[in-house]
Order: sequence, then structure tokens, then C-alpha cells
Amino acid sequence: MSNAGENIMPLGDAKEIEAAAADWFQRRRFWNWSEEDQTKLDSWLEESLAHRVAFWRLETGFEGTERLTALRHPHFGTVAEMPKGRWRPILFRTAAALIVMGAVGAFAFRYEEPAPVEKAYTTVVGATKEIKLADGTTIELNTNSKLRVSIGRHRRYVWLDRGEAYFQVAHDESRPFVVTVGKRRITDLGTKFLVRRGHEQVEIAVSQGRVRLEAADEAHTFAPVELIKGEVVVANDKQIVVKTKTPKKLADELGWRHGVLVFDHTTLADAAREFNRYNEGKLIIEDPEVAALTIDGTFRSNNVGLFARAAKDLLGLRIEVRGANTVIMR
Amino acid sequence: MTGRSEDQRGESGARLFGEPMNASELKLWFAQEVLPLEAALMQFLQHNWRNQSDIADLRQEVYVRVCEAAREAQPDNTKAFVFRTARNILINRVRREHVVPIEAVADVDALNLAADEPSPDRTVIARDELRRLQSALDRLPERCREAVILGRIEGLSGREIAERMGITESTVSIHLANGVRALVDAFFAPLADRRGKP
Repeated sequence: MSNAGENIMPLGDAKEIEAAAADWFQRRRFWNWSEEDQTKLDSWLEESLAHRVAFWRLETGFEGTERLTALRHPHFGTVAEMPKGRWRPILFRTAAALIVMGAVGAFAFRYEEPAPVEKAYTTVVGATKEIKLADGTTIELNTNSKLRVSIGRHRRYVWLDRGEAYFQVAHDESRPFVVTVGKRRITDLGTKFLVRRGHEQVEIAVSQGRVRLEAADEAHTFAPVELIKGEVVVANDKQIVVKTKTPKKLADELGWRHGVLVFDHTTLADAAREFNRYNEGKLIIEDPEVAALTIDGTFRSNNVGLFARAAKDLLGLRIEVRGANTVIMR
Repeated sequence: MTGRSEDQRGESGARLFGEPMNASELKLWFAQEVLPLEAALMQFLQHNWRNQSDIADLRQEVYVRVCEAAREAQPDNTKAFVFRTARNILINRVRREHVVPIEAVADVDALNLAADEPSPDRTVIARDELRRLQSALDRLPERCREAVILGRIEGLSGREIAERMGITESTVSIHLANGVRALVDAFFAPLADRRGKP
């Protein structure tokens, strides 16, 4: 599979291509961008794989720098780091403008949104529910979850009070789709994403497009983070960690939409925790050594018995049924 | 071809290694699996190639070659594949151009490439990376840095930057393009590579 190929690429090309890619990139990022511009960029990208690779690299790297600085930028590119004194007026002016805009924004926000009607959806343990909203958005609610929806003229709001939901949002620039999960708020930027609310943490996985994550209230503010396809953010009270997941891993996590749980080197402890979200009869593993064993496979989320038998046969364990619960042991 | 059955499941994304990738899959694979190797790849190229002004070309050639190949069949171990491709490119050039003896090209197998090594979770609050970006920003020529800060941190458009700085729009474009390249290079650069750090 290692084919460096017979024809060697000419030296000196890369810098030119990189410069051209950077020019396209900055035009798209910082200037008015028309459909015609996009068509031109597309045909430049079509010309060669070298063009695409150079452009993808800039896109990915620049998004990376933006995310990094968006999260934590106490000093990045600010007055303190700049040797030149003339930065100050610019920054002050901008700060003033932001404050004014903020005030107007807050006022406009209160004025425009006289609390539209709220609708609540819940699922019991083991059930899932598909909700189709009038705007074309689909929300799939997983086991033991609660969600409230409020569609306003200017904004669409959802609160995930409990559990897990997968969103396929009909994007509408003029009507942002905002999901609030405890102290965090997620704004859709054209997207499919999964939100899981646990006791202490929130997990958001983006399977298509982009979302923005920010604080939902002023008391717990942090700089917004933009997440792109394939990224998963786990946020608890103390920190926010962004990981990337492969498409397969993301598809596995969405197995519940088809009523299955997918395990891939998953510990029995984690597998039991998953099953227990879907079933009233619980899987119990007391022995820590048993809990640390791993298992692979796909199981129907309501078939605890099959899973327990698989653990028995594959890992040489024993099963004991205690009332409604199943205990796995050595 | 690895044949674990669960690879064939899932409505989207899940597929066998060795299958061809479409354009968006290729882009995702490149962004998520190849680009994170850039720091190590650059070190490998710098270490094994005498003429440092060729490095940008070599890196690009590696990227193009691996994408060409992945378009046909996704390699199952991206890291090993990228470095093997890099080594082959170096060897090919050596043969054609007689620039360095072949022995100078390190044995890829000695690079200790673990298969399926998971990418480390990226804690985004990463001071080192931020410091690296800061120093890249500091190294830009003054007017270029000014344009980049106005655009990136103040969120001004190209036109607004031109007005604010009193320069033409085409000059702003040049500054922004150079700034984007410098920041992206710094973002992917090896951690040890911090020229002119504060």
C-alpha cells in the first residue's frame, strides 16, 4: 500500500499552492462571500488533490486555533501582549461597542420573546420517542428522558431536563435553535448532534455540521466553544474537554436509535450502566475484577438476559437472578 | 483487511478498513487522523532531509500521496502508513536526485509505530499550545499582526480592517493570508519547536 509513485512532484510547488489556498481561505473567512466566489473556490479545489489538501489543512488548523483561543484567552493578542501603546484606544472602543450591543441585545431579546407556549415530552425507562417539530426538525428522545420545546417566532428553544436526545435540526439562520442543558447552552449552526445529560456532566457529540456551546447563565460563564463534526465535548462543573471520535464510534453511540447498544472493548461495568438506563430490572456486578472485563458486540437494549448469557459464555462467568435483577459474578 | 463484524454495522460512518472513501470521508479522515501527525511528520522530514527548504514540498507530497491512496482504500493504520509513505518519497527523491545516501533515511520500522494508537484527548485548555500561537503571532511583521488581531480577535471583516488601518483591501488580504499560514503552522508545529518564544 506504500506507493510513493513513480512520478515525483516538482519542488517549489507547495509554497505556491499554500499561498493560493491561504488567499482563498482568508477571502472566505474575512470578506463578503458570494455563491459565485464559492463556485470559483470549488473549481480551484477540483483542479487537484494538492489544492484540496492544502485548503483542508488551513481550514482544520485555523479552526483549531480559533477554538483554542475562544476557550481561554486571557492574554492572547490583547493589549498586555502588544508592545505598541496605540492598541489601547482600539480595544477600548470595541469594548464600549460590545457593551452597548450587549445592552441592546438583552433588551431586544426580552422584548421579542414573550415566552411562547412550552410543550413537554417524556420517555419512561426502556422507551424511545421520535418528535417531529413543525419546522422540520426531528428530535429522538432516548430512555428515561425529559425535554421541553418552545418554538418562538425568533428563536427555537429546547431544554433537556433529563436523559439523552439526538437532534436533526432544520437550520434557519433567522431562528436559532438553542438547546439548554443545565448550565450549558448549545446553539445549532446547521447540524445533527447528540446530547446526553448525566448526573454530573453533559456530553455533546456532533455527527454533522457545527454547534456552539456556551454558558446558559451569567453565573457560570465561559468563552463559547465551537464544535465540528466528529467532536465530542464532555463538560462538568470544573472543565470542558473536547475529544474526537471516529465515525464508527459515533454511530455506535447512536445505536439506541435502532434499539441496540454497541460495545467495543467496553468494560462490563460500563455495559451494565448502559443496560441499566434502559431497564427496570438492573444488572449488578459487584466484583471489581469482573467489572473490569471487556466485551464486544451488539445487543438489544431491552435484552439483559442475552447480554448476561454472552458474558457467561464468552468470559466464563456465572449468572444469578435475584428478583428482577441479574447478578454477574465469577 | 480486518474483518471484525461490528465494523460493518451502523447506518453511517461504520465501514471496513480497505474500502474506498468519498470526498467528505476523505476530508474527515485527513483532518482527524493525518493532520494530528504533522508535528511528528515534520520532525521526521527535518531529521532525514538535508535541504530544509524542501520540507514544505515534501510534507505536501506526503499528504497528497496518502490521500490518493486512501481514496482507493482506507489504510488501517494511518500513522504507519503516513510514515512509510514519507520514507518512500524520500528514498525516491534520493534515487532520482542523488542528493543523500539512502542510509540517511531512517528505518521507518525503527520509529516504533504503535498500531491504532488512540489520539490523546485534547484538553482544550492547553497553555502550551496557546503560548505557541501567541509567539507565532508575536513573530508576524507588525502590520500583518495588527490585521490578524483585528480580524481574528476583534472579529472585524476585511473591509473594516482596511478602514481601521487605512490601507488598501488587497494589502489586508495579503496580511491575512500570511497570518493564517503562520498561525496554522504554529498550531501543527512540534511542541519543541518554539522559535522566539516569549
